[in-house]
Amino acid sequence: MPDIKDMNKFDAIIVGAGPAGTSCAHTVAKAGLKVALVDRGTFPGAKNVMGGVLYRHAVENAIPDFWKEAPLERHIIEQQYWLLSDDSNISIGHRSEKFAQEPYNRFTVLRAKFDSWFAGQADSAGAYIISKTVVDDVITENGRVVGIKTDRPDGNLYANVIVLCDGVNSLLAQKLGMRGEFDNRHLALAVKEIISMPREKIEDRFNLDGDEGATIDIYGEVAQGMEGTGFIYTNKDSLSVGIGVILADLVKTRVRPYDLLEQMKNHPVIKRMISGGEPREYMAHMIPEGGYKAMPKIYGDGVLVAGDAAMMVNGFHREGSNLAMTSGRLAGKTIIEATEKGDYSKNALSRYKDLLEDSFVLKDLKKYKNLPAHISNYSEFFSTYPEILNKAADEFLTIDGVSKKEKQRKIRKILTEKKSLWNIIKDTYKSWRAFG
Amino acid sequence: MIECNIDILKKDIANKRLDMHIVVCIKQVPDTTQARIDPKTNTLIREGMPTIVNPYDLHALEEGVRIKEEYGGKVTVLTMGPPQAKDAIREGISHGCDEGILLTDRAFAGSDTLATSYVLSEAIKRVDLDEKVDLVICGKQSIDGDTAQVGPGIAQRLDLSQLTYVIKVRSIDLKKNSMIVERQLEDGRQIVEARMPALMTVVKEINETRYSSLSNLIKAAKYEPAVWNQEVLGLDTTKIGLKGSPTTVRKIFAPPPREAGEIINNEGESSKEVAEKLLKLLIEKEVI
Ligand SMILES: Cc1cc2nc3c(=O)[nH]c(=O)nc-3n(C[C@H](O)[C@H](O)[C@H](O)COP(=O)(O)OP(=O)(O)OC[C@H]3O[C@@H](n4cnc5c(N)ncnc54)[C@H](O)[C@@H]3O)c2cc1C
Repeated sequence: MPDIKDMNKFDAIIVGAGPAGTSCAHTVAKAGLKVALVDRGTFPGAKNVMGGVLYRHAVENAIPDFWKEAPLERHIIEQQYWLLSDDSNISIGHRSEKFAQEPYNRFTVLRAKFDSWFAGQADSAGAYIISKTVVDDVITENGRVVGIKTDRPDGNLYANVIVLCDGVNSLLAQKLGMRGEFDNRHLALAVKEIISMPREKIEDRFNLDGDEGATIDIYGEVAQGMEGTGFIYTNKDSLSVGIGVILADLVKTRVRPYDLLEQMKNHPVIKRMISGGEPREYMAHMIPEGGYKAMPKIYGDGVLVAGDAAMMVNGFHREGSNLAMTSGRLAGKTIIEATEKGDYSKNALSRYKDLLEDSFVLKDLKKYKNLPAHISNYSEFFSTYPEILNKAADEFLTIDGVSKKEKQRKIRKILTEKKSLWNIIKDTYKSWRAFG
Repeated sequence: MIECNIDILKKDIANKRLDMHIVVCIKQVPDTTQARIDPKTNTLIREGMPTIVNPYDLHALEEGVRIKEEYGGKVTVLTMGPPQAKDAIREGISHGCDEGILLTDRAFAGSDTLATSYVLSEAIKRVDLDEKVDLVICGKQSIDGDTAQVGPGIAQRLDLSQLTYVIKVRSIDLKKNSMIVERQLEDGRQIVEARMPALMTVVKEINETRYSSLSNLIKAAKYEPAVWNQEVLGLDTTKIGLKGSPTTVRKIFAPPPREAGEIINNEGESSKEVAEKLLKLLIEKEVI
């Protein structure tokens, strides 16, 4: 009888086949190490939810020229930002012809398709993809992490390093005491629908050609006074329409997430964008938005944490997948170096932190470290400001025989009715500071 | 005395093959539970639809592995399909099969049940040349075609005992090359003894599929099946692919919804009155 412990011994085990885990497994496998990528889905990505915009640079680092073969929806050439009041809208946008050409800039994806393709790349690089398997616990010996316990018969698996890429709900990091209880101010709940729509209609409506795409980020009325934002992204023959709000606000207001999305879809301005579409999938998922200050411990003896499990999301820029992929790749690099030295101690694995510090991941998270708390204190950014700005714009653009001087006075009144001028200046200054 | 014993033993071994070789045929099908219908054309959207191993075939795999565990031997899993059907073979390995063979070639594409059973039976012949096959197991039918013709087709071509809708394997006697099974019929069960080699198709109720062990999953993750294409098999090209498939699909349509039944109300009426009403209706509708 061969010793199961030996037969099933790997250089690394990665828990979770999202962008973080797959990118880690891909990196480690490419270096010729024996790595297992374990996921509970029927196939990698089966249950994954994302807006979602994928950024080129992070994927490119793993797979050059991926846009030639990966299952992408559209390459984004235009990004719009909308400030909604209850019946009007101010929009700012940017469109560039440069983004219409290879290598492109960012892409919309449907994660179920993309993740399973990406896992296929890790498979080809040599990783063992183990699906339909839940990791129940981490095995420790003398304070070191040495393996995982799965729900399979004879389900223990051992490795020199275990990487936790199990997403926002990382129970494993919690079991290891690497992070504390959840704080619902650090979590956003996002609900999303995929709405089928014929290609031609999408291209007409958003002024696109072929596989070009557009995104709209929506601030204001849609969040019903809570801290949150909505989005509309174009896929090939569907739109991703969703909204995310801070969990603590949802708990306080007792608004049901599904109703929030329904109301957003019924907003007169948004209704136009999605009319003629057929809802085909509904999903809900958490986003870790606590930022740098809310990050858990990300390395220990025989263990690393990456992606959402490590709170690596830049909520303001709606970036998550790229931080996940980059942290996964750097965790992989750390494992390769540790294997060369044969040292998997906490000290050796702290190299991961250094690599992250040198990358945009920790630089960006640090830069915005005060933003989550700041925004929590100023929920008016999501309600009062969009409303008064829309009112002011209405006034400015309505030609009704009122003299321009009188208009200016009226606009000033609208602006200061809900907020004193001094407060507006203070808010602006503090916000500027919070952006680092 | 001692010599005599050894002689008996030798004779025993010659008569009784100690190992069984089981071939399980499986098919990769679209996961219709995740099916989406194109609202415009009302057809199935196949793009991006995940594939699974035909649910009946999972029970075929399970039964193959159970028989192996009880009687000893080996299970070979066979599938015909596109190159991606390698995933189905890997699933077979994760369920405990020992070897897998993928039959794939553009020339096989578009095969109907007649052509498919030809390709599979030729492949089984070849497997049998290497290692004698005692039993072939298929699922009752596939969920995407629902024909239930491939298994019987193989049995016919290879002259195997044909055991369809098997719900229980009672016993196998390797010495006598015979097996006893229970078949699920519409009005009951039929117990049949058949000579081996045999082919059986199984219903879902035959067993509960197991949750594969982690070590089998790991073995399956990197398993590379033997790949047999037209060059390897050298089949009669008039019998495979579209050319070898006389079946054409005229039309696919959803069956008309069942009409709601009629409920006879007995409010305020005696049972006799209700019975009379019912009788009248039945006669009216020419049921009796
Ligand atoms: C609605 C929404 C919109 C978003 N939009 C964007 C966007 O536009 N751009 C962007 O960059 N980011 C976006 N994000 C964020 C992005 O989705 C995440 O940051 C990213 O997916 C994180 O990747 P990950 O690999 O860390 O985790 P995940 O993608 O969550 O993957 C975790 C994996 O671990 C598996 N798993 C968990 N626990 C276990 C266990 N115990 N055993 C086995 N497997 C387990 C899960 O099945 C899953 O596959 C969005 C998120 C949401 C919810």
